[in-house]
Amino acid sequence: MSAEAGQQHPLGIYLKIWLLLFFLSALSYMVDYLEFQGYLRWTLIIIFMLLKAGFIVAIFMHVMWERMALVLTILGPPVALLFLIGFMAVEGDYTFGARVEYFGMDPNAEPLPVIHAESH
Amino acid sequence: MSHSAAAASANPREGLPGLVDDWSSDKQTYHVPWGKAMMWIFLVSDTFIFSCFLVGYMTVRMSTAEPWPLPTDVFALSFFGGEPIPLILIAIMTFILITSSGTMALAVNYGYRKDKRMAAILMLVTAAFGASFVGMQAFEWSKLISEGVRPWENPWGAPQFGSVFFMVTGFHGLHVTAGVIYLAIVARKVARGDYDKKGYEIVEITGLYWHFVDLVWVFIFAFFYLW
Repeated sequence: MSAEAGQQHPLGIYLKIWLLLFFLSALSYMVDYLEFQGYLRWTLIIIFMLLKAGFIVAIFMHVMWERMALVLTILGPPVALLFLIGFMAVEGDYTFGARVEYFGMDPNAEPLPVIHAESH
Repeated sequence: MSHSAAAASANPREGLPGLVDDWSSDKQTYHVPWGKAMMWIFLVSDTFIFSCFLVGYMTVRMSTAEPWPLPTDVFALSFFGGEPIPLILIAIMTFILITSSGTMALAVNYGYRKDKRMAAILMLVTAAFGASFVGMQAFEWSKLISEGVRPWENPWGAPQFGSVFFMVTGFHGLHVTAGVIYLAIVARKVARGDYDKKGYEIVEITGLYWHFVDLVWVFIFAFFYLW
């Protein structure tokens, strides 16, 4: 695909990806609706999220058809974010432990029930 | 320009050898329109802004020892006095944004076919979906505010819930609003024929921004609403 011609692709691929995104969104909503919990819930959320994000970036944003120089400029720097996530997860976990250990907070407290107003 | 360089630009190599060629030959690196390269640079930097918000959210949620309110109950909504359906409005908003991404992709396609009427119409449809998304978000905000959610407190649990909610969805909503205005302006210029000579890359560039807004919502939906 030469850059001068622009990103011209058959309509069919957009329609297929569109449908697929609908399907994946429905699946990720079902994760909540069917009340999956724990590791099953988190795994499914992450899988559906990454699939959706991948299709949007690759097809709708045409990254799949770009030259390597541009692809790496786009996808390379965000890799650094994985380090930030890792560091802050360690930090957050430590703070949580300190609050339970030294401030006597209950680590298993449940949130108060949500009661919505009657009128809608 | 030497003979080999001319041959290379006429038929550029792909993949890793192409990467080396693009960076090494002391010439323009990105073989895309200038505006598109700049839009990508902006989107990469915007990625870092949203990532900082989401990582900050992760940190406060992990570190708070107070219970986190359950989004599935907080964002439940009942219609016509029926049983509340969990997270239903957020699901509808997600579908609306996916739909608008689809119409935007079609607009880009019609733009490159030089069908400016269809491209402009599809861009306006995209903008209309975006505006309805912002409308629903305004409804969501006013509902939560009326129930006592503030950036510093809420009736159910960890006070950080409110600050994260207002900051992350607010910043995203601001992007959607800006996108609606951007789409409307470009659609008008497309329909008027401003790009007949320049080419229709501008539709793709606008599309990149719009798809990015949808992309960010995918992450917000997964991490804030579903987690």
